[in-house]
Amino acid sequence: MAEQDIALMAHLLRRAGFGASRDEIEAKASQGYDSVVQELLNPESQEAVEEDLLIRYNPSYYEAAAIENNVQQWVWRMINSPRQLQEKVALFWHMIFCAGHSKIDSGQEMGLMVDIFRQDGMGKFDDLLLKLSTNPGMMYYLDNTESHKANLNENYGRELLELFSLGVGMDEAFNYSEDDVKVCARAFTGWNIAPPYPPFPHGRSPWEFRFDPADHDFSEKTFLGETGNWNGDDIIRIVCEQPATARFLARHLYNYFVADEPQIPAWRLTPPRDQKAIEAMEKAYYDSDHSIKKMLEVLFTSDFFKDDSVRYQKVKNPTEMVVSLIRMTGEFQGYQPGLFEVSQEPKYMGMDLMNPPTVEGWHTGREWIDSGTLVERINFASDMLGNTELEGVRSLVNRMMGLGAKLTPEQFVNGCLDLTGPVQVTPDTMGQLIAHASQEGDLSHGNASEQSEFTRRTGEMFQMIAATAEFQFE
Amino acid sequence: MVQTKKDPVLAVLSLSGGNDGLNCVIPRNNGFYRDFRPTLGVPEDQIIPINDEIGFHPTMGPLKKFWDEGKLAIFVGIGYPTPSYSHFRSMDIWHTCEPEVIGTEGWLGRATKQLDPNSENVLTAVNFGRGLPRALVMDGVPVASVGNLETYGLLTGIEGENQRNDALDVFGRMYSPAIGTGAVMDYIHQTGTDALKGADILSTAPDNYTSSVEYSPTAIGQYMKNIAQTHLAGFGTRVLYTTSPYNGFDSHANQAQANAGLLTDVSNTVDTFMTDLREHDASDNVTLLLFSEFGRRVTDNGSGTDHGAAGVAFAVGEHVKGGVYGTYPSLAPADQEDGGNLKFNLDFRSVYSTILEDWFQLDAEPIVGGNFERAKFLA
Repeated sequence: MAEQDIALMAHLLRRAGFGASRDEIEAKASQGYDSVVQELLNPESQEAVEEDLLIRYNPSYYEAAAIENNVQQWVWRMINSPRQLQEKVALFWHMIFCAGHSKIDSGQEMGLMVDIFRQDGMGKFDDLLLKLSTNPGMMYYLDNTESHKANLNENYGRELLELFSLGVGMDEAFNYSEDDVKVCARAFTGWNIAPPYPPFPHGRSPWEFRFDPADHDFSEKTFLGETGNWNGDDIIRIVCEQPATARFLARHLYNYFVADEPQIPAWRLTPPRDQKAIEAMEKAYYDSDHSIKKMLEVLFTSDFFKDDSVRYQKVKNPTEMVVSLIRMTGEFQGYQPGLFEVSQEPKYMGMDLMNPPTVEGWHTGREWIDSGTLVERINFASDMLGNTELEGVRSLVNRMMGLGAKLTPEQFVNGCLDLTGPVQVTPDTMGQLIAHASQEGDLSHGNASEQSEFTRRTGEMFQMIAATAEFQFE
Repeated sequence: MVQTKKDPVLAVLSLSGGNDGLNCVIPRNNGFYRDFRPTLGVPEDQIIPINDEIGFHPTMGPLKKFWDEGKLAIFVGIGYPTPSYSHFRSMDIWHTCEPEVIGTEGWLGRATKQLDPNSENVLTAVNFGRGLPRALVMDGVPVASVGNLETYGLLTGIEGENQRNDALDVFGRMYSPAIGTGAVMDYIHQTGTDALKGADILSTAPDNYTSSVEYSPTAIGQYMKNIAQTHLAGFGTRVLYTTSPYNGFDSHANQAQANAGLLTDVSNTVDTFMTDLREHDASDNVTLLLFSEFGRRVTDNGSGTDHGAAGVAFAVGEHVKGGVYGTYPSLAPADQEDGGNLKFNLDFRSVYSTILEDWFQLDAEPIVGGNFERAKFLA
């Protein structure tokens, strides 16, 4: 199989999913790129993840209230779901439609919110925004529950426009006015939840969305230049027709799936990295009546995505780092003890899943990395990849042995880089790795002691690769 | 302003989960206490008296020593307006000093930035425990976060000292400044170099440490030992932070037993820590702060207590002026917050402001986001 087909498939599976084992990458490359893209875009064509299995081992996960259980279930799905793009898209929306356990105080509500992103994340954007705007967790997180006809709270109205759809501005202009924010908030009055919070005196029970007509502002409103007796669903319809929304979605998709863009607050003034790519996705949005799936189809089948120049141009977010290593090494397939510990790893690396720092979400790109989180990233990655006891790593060592009876340090380093990515490194890094390998000379695996030495050196080289600056990217 | 022989250092032990102030600093002759705590109330003859009104939980004898020495400040009725009953939110408020909006910068991150504006020392602030508490977060401030000081470092999974040293040499060279690889890559190289430098320095701390004291084998004991080791190693660390793990103080059920165990551990550990520093003549420039995100409900629930509002906090140190700061909140039903909680009267930002101004000699206002009257417990 051509090396470039494998590299391209590995790129697709890193971006449209959470990576894969080498065996899976090769199988998918044989299947063909376009066919795999269609599988990813149509999750219902793939088996659903066997969540019953996890519940059977951990009955307490069923409708669990604890946040830790909900995070574990999600991480387990990311590892195990054959519908990889569905989980990747759920994470995409979780990073935009930010609401957190720190305020919502219920793991179950967080789990339900993420399930919306999973089930509706590739559908029509209008439908997704409506689900979001009737999600009790979000309504509570952004204080719509405190917004009344007589006493307006603008929080949800503002964030819906600023962070969830239009964005502050584009092409240097502003996308909405302060009056639009107020009108938007007025249109969402009466969109509330039951039972209220805090849950005195009887403790918590699940929330439901409730529309309270008595608390809704039915007066006429002018929003983005259109006048009528708008309710929240009218606002969503008007918002979804705006060019700014198409731009907002296209830039977010590019930033998440293709290459790191500047931080979001800079988007009004900073043009996209690839204007043509953005325009192609905007067109898909309009041509398809606001389908996210169609935007993704354009993205994954375009040259701008496949191009060599966008590979390893994204700093892996902590969840991608953790889950892709687990998938690469074949761990936590089905059920395996230790899930709690690995599900906490993204938090140690600065990404507390289901609990983003603010409604603006995590700062991405290089901001994932500081001296504390880099140590966590490197140690987790090198401990996983360097552990030659793990079945998936063992299989990589066997593949290395399959490269020839005797390997020079150059062949050895190239082989290791290929099997762990393929990872692209700078000539400097390559030089250091080869110099390191050269200290112990050529590698053979003819007898048992050579084999154990070969295994040790391969594990060590995998650890070195996991520790490179290049490995921080995907 | 306080004079110390060496640069002042703050150590923080966060009692996460919501420590029950009423079970810790007990209003011992208060009739309401007996009424509202039918199950958990500590019999009066077991309470260790502090003054005519209040006393320590029976397990807190070791902390009482510092009270007797005049080196323990007890903050009562401590909290903030409009209490949040969510652990995470309330802890965030204590971390960021932002009760109204969700903040992203921590008060100690900001303080660290001012103590070391050019990030000359990668170890100005060190956290013990996995994951960085929001208190220490600030863009551009390097903070080492150490799970276990004995094993801390990069590439700790490589077995064999020679192999690991070789690997670290390669690492150092791979992360040396790269030319022409782009701003993000440059930044990651610098960060990797900082991390390696910090890890190299920190890893020497346990080797150079000897002491006659024995810390408890619990997480609290071991993290406080790590704090002492780092302080004694003289790396110039000014902020040392750790958290009692697993929200252990969240005593909804079986509180009598679980909470007594934790209070024993905390009291013994504070005693061990101070004894350790004194033995090394290194206590003069250390103040230790203990706090929790909230207190608990006035009425017990038959087995434990639910999330509440105002609570207690402590400061221990050679320059701490012993005393009770704040007013013990009234337990009378009419004086309680909605939901049956104690009302605060001492804003935690007053305590922070005192530490920032009187201890670190920094301007507190931009760090805590306002002017709060200092609780003058440092001298």
